[in-house]
Amino acid sequence: MSGSDPPTTDGSVRDRLRTELREGDAGLIAVVMGSIYVLFTIFAVLGPAQGVGGVVAALQAVTFWTALYAMLVLALNLHWGYAGLFNIGVAGFMAVGVYTFAAITAPTGGTPPGLGLPLWVGVVGGMLMAAIAGAVISLPALRLRADYLAIVTVAFSEIVRLSLLSTTFEQFTLFANVPFLPDIPLGSGAGRGINIPINPTIPVKSLYYTNPGNPASGSRTAVGEAVISAFGAAGVRETVVVSLTYTLVLIAFVGLFYWLLRRIGNSPFGRVLKAIREDELVANSLGKDTRLFKVKVFMVGCALMGLGGILWETQKGYTDPTATTFMPIQTFYIFIALMIGGAGSNTGSVLGGGLFASLLFLGPQYVSRIFSKYFVSGDPPTTFVAAVGPLGSLDPGPLFAYTLQNVSSLRFVLVGVVLILLMQYRPTGLLGHRKEVAASIDLFDREGPSDSDGPRPAADGGRPPDRSVPPEGGDRDE
Amino acid sequence: MAATERVADLRLEVAERPKTALFGLFVLGLGVDLLLKVLGVEVTVGSTTLVGGTLAASRLITLVWDGIVVGLGIGLAGIGLSMTYSILSFANFAHGDYITTGAFAGWAVAWLLAGLGSGVLDGNILYLLTVGFGPEGPSAADLSVNAVSNPLAVVAGLVVAVAATVAVSLVLDRLVFRPMRDQSGIAVLIASIGVALALRYLLVFVFGASNRGLTAGGPKLILAGVSGNVALATERSTIILASNGGVPSDAFYVELPGVDFGSYTAEILSVTSAEVTLVVTSLVLMVALHLTLQRTKLGKAMRAMADNQDLARVTGIPTERVVRATWVIGGGLAGASGFLMALEQGTLAYNLGWVLLLLIFAAVILGGIGSIYGAMVGGLLIGLTQSVSLVWIPSSFSTAAAFAIMILVLVIRPDGLFGGVTTA
Repeated sequence: MSGSDPPTTDGSVRDRLRTELREGDAGLIAVVMGSIYVLFTIFAVLGPAQGVGGVVAALQAVTFWTALYAMLVLALNLHWGYAGLFNIGVAGFMAVGVYTFAAITAPTGGTPPGLGLPLWVGVVGGMLMAAIAGAVISLPALRLRADYLAIVTVAFSEIVRLSLLSTTFEQFTLFANVPFLPDIPLGSGAGRGINIPINPTIPVKSLYYTNPGNPASGSRTAVGEAVISAFGAAGVRETVVVSLTYTLVLIAFVGLFYWLLRRIGNSPFGRVLKAIREDELVANSLGKDTRLFKVKVFMVGCALMGLGGILWETQKGYTDPTATTFMPIQTFYIFIALMIGGAGSNTGSVLGGGLFASLLFLGPQYVSRIFSKYFVSGDPPTTFVAAVGPLGSLDPGPLFAYTLQNVSSLRFVLVGVVLILLMQYRPTGLLGHRKEVAASIDLFDREGPSDSDGPRPAADGGRPPDRSVPPEGGDRDE
Repeated sequence: MAATERVADLRLEVAERPKTALFGLFVLGLGVDLLLKVLGVEVTVGSTTLVGGTLAASRLITLVWDGIVVGLGIGLAGIGLSMTYSILSFANFAHGDYITTGAFAGWAVAWLLAGLGSGVLDGNILYLLTVGFGPEGPSAADLSVNAVSNPLAVVAGLVVAVAATVAVSLVLDRLVFRPMRDQSGIAVLIASIGVALALRYLLVFVFGASNRGLTAGGPKLILAGVSGNVALATERSTIILASNGGVPSDAFYVELPGVDFGSYTAEILSVTSAEVTLVVTSLVLMVALHLTLQRTKLGKAMRAMADNQDLARVTGIPTERVVRATWVIGGGLAGASGFLMALEQGTLAYNLGWVLLLLIFAAVILGGIGSIYGAMVGGLLIGLTQSVSLVWIPSSFSTAAAFAIMILVLVIRPDGLFGGVTTA
């Protein structure tokens, strides 16, 4: 359905934007994110009093996590939604990207040492290395059944994490005994982690500070002075302003990912991917080297995961193998977000990222803080025993306080239950029913191109929700 | 003539499956290297050692024993995974957390019984029932739960571990998996990830996220060479004393007759009661399962269902009942292995099963999905790989080595070693 060109009747950008907002996917995302913002504004107002600054911080946090999850969900959508490759090793590919980035940009004299190269080299290198890792894994694994591929990829991500934890690679020399090549000292830092002084927040900080590496030692630039004091007057903290700016950069990257996926999806390459997803044998019979296509798309997706990992993990200026980003659980988070939005739909991926980040990831903590503020006095019990003990004397207070205290682990229970219910009642997710057809023209558009009154194709080339669902469009069976 | 035919067969095999042959050659090379290392032979070119080296025989024996112990635990847990994989055709990612559930349930009862029996109970039964999640109460050392000093607690714990895991897996099947019978394997797999998360963090909510000690060592049996004879003792000090000529009358010390190694004096292998409990119980359970599946109609029905579910149903096999039986056996064995592995490790944390899950997958795939003998053998091979690989690589890579073996097997022989055989 590459016929997503603007209708010829209205040419101006503003008109297009207006129709998109009214009935297209941009409008859908705007409505959902708007509702989430309203909800979190209420959360921030009801929670521990922090004024306007608290509200802005809450909205920043929600946008930040939405953008990160949206990026990775989009990358995973390329694998699972477009090509039907069941990759649950996302955390491993992120780790490869992040550590390659760190090794390239870390200063040569540091512990562990790096190459001391500029930021963009690190980004390109990290993406390349993640793509290469993807190729190495996919070459043998793609011949396997989907569930085997899942096990191989999750095992790969664990191998990566365990290797990074190992002291063997804490500090080593590349090309140590190879003639003609220079000795290059490198290292993963093992459990102690690795410093990432040059990271994607530096360009953002250089807008505001003369010394972005260490804002405290330099002074603010003219822009920084103006922006920070303007926000400061409203009660927004300086760190929140900087994070907010970085969040805007992330949103730009989400847009980039979205655009790239749409381009891929509507290209001849993307049509072959969809054909593979539907029936690999048929695609093969039509003379497409499906294995090569799968390796290629696996590499592209892994490169995007590497980039997502870099934008996510390096902004702390430091990383180590125990970071949640590299845990298998992270892969499942991303997968759940994709399942919520609906595999196959790019808009669904962004929505899924937003809904997961706000309602499942951040929401429980905000809610727990509100309840703690109004209903709990004193220290909550630290153990289940102490919480359940008073139940004997009909006092549910300690158990309630303990529940609020442990909302971070109950959040996982919630995530699990949501995933189960989703798979039972709506395995296609919110927008997964919009199956992207492999044909380059709209097979259901019987009335021809004059049908300009009807609903337009969705922005990501999917089916608009109000149209009749294609005969076999409901379920995806692989 | 038979020999030439064999060689010709082998040649054909190599030509047809070069990757398998390469892998076989690699394993053979490692075996030769291991043999040379034990014999103390070193083949060097210049300053680099090609093969061989030195490796104490006792170290190899210890590694092999460790591998067998861990491998039997993994194999026991893998049987259930293999059965659900072949009969319900999905990879159950919640299986690891069934193991953890069994471990916690079993140990709560074991601690309760040990606490009631030892008289050190400070009045807080809830403390014992949450396996020491809290500041007050007797420590693991006070309770000293092991098969020798507290057999009742261990047996009761094992029984409860099995019963609780069976109950949990049946309830979860009813709530989660049964409504999804007609869905694809991938959809059920994803749902099982949800089950895993929910189950694991409910356990964290009740039992806490900390890693706790369960037992206080317990008695062990040491096999050692003493001045040429092979002897058994319970204490290391007895061995040292005996090698110097004397033995205290109250210590356990037996010299095995008939073996003479000259003047060899060294500790060969130290076996704890927990390890023996695990090995004996796993072997008994495996044999019992083998007999059940070979001698009863249930085994036949399971094989039929694994082969073709629709055909099984039209033949009159009560498929839902077979599925329930599968969960009972698989869940029960998972619970038992969880309890036993926690006993063997001496510690218990909420991620016990999740950490083991990938190794169990490796074992099941290695053995061939659906084959319970494959799961047992695969478990042993994975355990041995993880353990014996320490001869060549640092310990931080031993788990990675086991995963790498799994990936290799998937690439070379996706059906596993026992491929094609489904359920018994």
